[in-house]
Amino acid sequence: MINNLNILLPEIFLSLSIFTILMFGVFIKKSFNIIFNLTSLILILTIAIILNNPNHEEKIFLDTFTRDSFSNYFKILILISSLFVLNSSKNFITENKLDKFEYPIIILLSILGMFFMVSSNDLILFYLGLELQSLSLYILASIDRDNLRSSESGIKYFVLSALSSGLLLYGCSLLYGFTGSTNFDLIAVQLNKENVGAVFAMVFILVGLAFKISAVPFHMWTPDVYEGAPTSITSYFAVVPKVAGLALLIKFMLIPFSNILLEWQTIIIFISIASMILGAVAAIVQKNIKRLLAYSSIGHIGYALAGIATGVISGYESAIVYISIYVIMNIGAFSCLYLLKKDGQYKENISDLSGISKKHPLLSISFLIILFSLAGVPPLGGFFAKFYVFTAVLEQKMYALAIIGLLTTVISAFYYLKIIKTIYFDDSVITFEVVKNKAAQVSIFLSCSILLTFFLYPSILSNLVNSLFVS
Amino acid sequence: MNFPILSTLIFLPLLSSLFIFLSKDKKNNFSSIYISLFSSIATFLLSLFLWYSLDVNTADFQFVEDKSWINNFIKFKLGVDGISILFIVLTTFITPICIISCINSIKERVKEFLIAILVLETFMIGVFCSLDLVIFYLFFEGGLIPMFLIIGVWGGSKRVYSAFKFFLFTLLGSVLMLVAIIVIYWLTGTTDITQIYQIKIPEEYQNLLWLAFLSSFAVKMPMWPVHTWLPDAHVEAPTAGSVILAAILLKMAGYGFLRFSIPMFPLASEFFTPLIYSLSIIAIIYTSLVALMQDDMKKLIAYSSVAHMGYVTLGIFTLTKQGIEGSIFQMISHGLISAALFLCVGVVYDRLHSRLISTYGGLVNYLPKYSFLFLVFVLAALGLPGTTGFLGEFLILTGTFQKSYLAAMLATLGVVLGAAYMLWLTKRVIFGVTKNSAIETLSDVNKSEIIMLVTLAFFVIFFGFYPVPLMETFNVSVNSLIDNYQLALNTR
Repeated sequence: MINNLNILLPEIFLSLSIFTILMFGVFIKKSFNIIFNLTSLILILTIAIILNNPNHEEKIFLDTFTRDSFSNYFKILILISSLFVLNSSKNFITENKLDKFEYPIIILLSILGMFFMVSSNDLILFYLGLELQSLSLYILASIDRDNLRSSESGIKYFVLSALSSGLLLYGCSLLYGFTGSTNFDLIAVQLNKENVGAVFAMVFILVGLAFKISAVPFHMWTPDVYEGAPTSITSYFAVVPKVAGLALLIKFMLIPFSNILLEWQTIIIFISIASMILGAVAAIVQKNIKRLLAYSSIGHIGYALAGIATGVISGYESAIVYISIYVIMNIGAFSCLYLLKKDGQYKENISDLSGISKKHPLLSISFLIILFSLAGVPPLGGFFAKFYVFTAVLEQKMYALAIIGLLTTVISAFYYLKIIKTIYFDDSVITFEVVKNKAAQVSIFLSCSILLTFFLYPSILSNLVNSLFVS
Repeated sequence: MNFPILSTLIFLPLLSSLFIFLSKDKKNNFSSIYISLFSSIATFLLSLFLWYSLDVNTADFQFVEDKSWINNFIKFKLGVDGISILFIVLTTFITPICIISCINSIKERVKEFLIAILVLETFMIGVFCSLDLVIFYLFFEGGLIPMFLIIGVWGGSKRVYSAFKFFLFTLLGSVLMLVAIIVIYWLTGTTDITQIYQIKIPEEYQNLLWLAFLSSFAVKMPMWPVHTWLPDAHVEAPTAGSVILAAILLKMAGYGFLRFSIPMFPLASEFFTPLIYSLSIIAIIYTSLVALMQDDMKKLIAYSSVAHMGYVTLGIFTLTKQGIEGSIFQMISHGLISAALFLCVGVVYDRLHSRLISTYGGLVNYLPKYSFLFLVFVLAALGLPGTTGFLGEFLILTGTFQKSYLAAMLATLGVVLGAAYMLWLTKRVIFGVTKNSAIETLSDVNKSEIIMLVTLAFFVIFFGFYPVPLMETFNVSVNSLIDNYQLALNTR
């Protein structure tokens, strides 16, 4: 077994680094900057380690831990998105006095949890990973502890999330009871329609997972937590845990629940349609950009779930493509928020954006591209994400799902247009300061250029995702 | 031919818009205007060359470019035939005129405006070139972004409402087309329309798919009752925006019927002919009556556009040679005439900042050149023989008479109503007594305006007397379209 430890190398490296920099932070005062830079370095090194690790499927520790191209893809996606989210929010963190050395370390801990989530092949390991991630996220939500709203969002998130974890755990124990195993592969063999108890367990597990990715009807925490938490945390929440949660969901559908497709398909279709509709309708009345993006993320998860609802590999692929493009768009959208500063305060109301196109043409055009892409207007990247999903959905002849989904894109286009209207059509009220934030600018630039040029060769991403399922 | 002439044509405007984006001049935007004018004229010359070197004796697609694009299943396929080339030339011809027009009418953010126009040109040419449904959808929808901004940023007082209405109406119509496109892909295994023409789409699917395409084209056309976005959009858009909207964007739908609906779903096209007839007749008569009652010049012309587009849909779905040829001719002719009429309104709007008919009156005494040109276009719009407007309507009515007397008679009524609102408009604006003293101080058309209007007037009259170059170009393609349609009906 010791010979196989290199399978676990990224995780080992990550945990050792976390302990090292934790010690560093404890003993050296005012170490935020160093630790922050070290964190970025660790993230980059972990990416390098994963890329150097072979891709073929291997299992370790009594088949509880899998390393394959599927998990590696998600790990890299998690690492890259955290890297961009962290770096573009650095100015925000220091200016809002959130520069405690624990901040990046807790982020790393949550990433470690997600690593175990996407690699787990066993109920226990999966639950441990999930809890490590969730506990870190509770702390992050309330990291601005002197701020009432931040603490509130932390508590709210904790209470509701603990409830869902309870349901999840209940489901896991039921599943163990009815199938006699905690291993995904063995559960898959045992699970069939006749096993009513296990179907029950599946429902509980789906509820728990739906909560983590904030799908309707388990989305209630999302807008409040997004609004209350500091923007730097919100951007992390909107991107990284969603990726891990979706990966886990796909994994559950792919292995343990593969034999009861018809049973979970109905649930996922319902969740997907509900998320798409609520995400589109509820966002219309929002005045706060973070809250709006919260609802928009609910809607986007709905589209990704529509891909999963097909229950076939091409559908899962489309969901992965969707979430990847979603990550790119959201990193860009949140980075824009880091450049909107007036009198040392970051603005987050839509009305504050009015008329900024005159004074900040580059920022405005980038925001415009990202928003149109979020709305799914061709030829931007966001359109292709939806195109892949609905192609997969229609392949399974699920016409109602596709038509409802596409109609909600029209509704959701309305509120994205509303922001564009504020930026471009209204008269300017506030003149924002010129913020020097290289990392955020780089993130916006990269995100926009990917979205703009995606149509040139869309196959890159879909081929990559396709290769995850080949082995 | 190895040189990718169509891709060049499509992406030349986009490339030059990138240049304008990167160019820096704060003072008078001369360099951006010159770059855009130069590039759009280059595009026009290139499209003329394309027209010249197109073999009109075959209905096959020419200058075909075929590259694998998404996982080898959707191809980036471009090509032109006798029908699409005319729309491409129309697009590239109207764009420089729009750019000239914005010298007078656009005062702020000129650079961004030119970028939007050029990006829009790329999408419009792309629509007429694409031979793949997904590419077509991409270009068709992509045009919404620049047009939304043109209306919203440079528009009039109610611009936000109009821009939203335009965007959401069109998007709503199009998503169903997207569903239909994907369904077609799963039915036939391809989105390449030349292959779909060969593969017969099963009869039970045709009607629904046809309706899905209709939902998009009807909004874009616009057909009654989903035309309501058009008057709003026209009224609020700046002159150049109205010109592009009327001259080209509306033609996309008519082109879509010819390129997609009829050849792909011949059985459904036959089945739904009565529906299209009724909608077209309602559009012709109802919107003509509405146009009579307008007190806003732009709104009046917008409603007249709906009526004219009613003739186009009527002509297309007669599915006779005269009807379809007349429709294509009418689309080209309407592209020139409505563009000119909007420019005419723009000329006086730039001077008096009013579109209300009641503001004007007796212009002929103070702006003789303008009044003359205005009269030419009004007469062309009401279909005076010797102008392109007459030929289009005449051919469409000839085609309709072969299929349905009732429809043809009702449509002819529209011609009379068209003459009524157009002449009444002229009477109130150009002739009559000058009530507004501000008119006395107005200057007549300046050089750039003369260039634009005289060029348009020349082509309106030239093709009115000598339509052969246009007719020859699409003759063979239209024949093959009808032959294939008849073949599909006979072999069902």
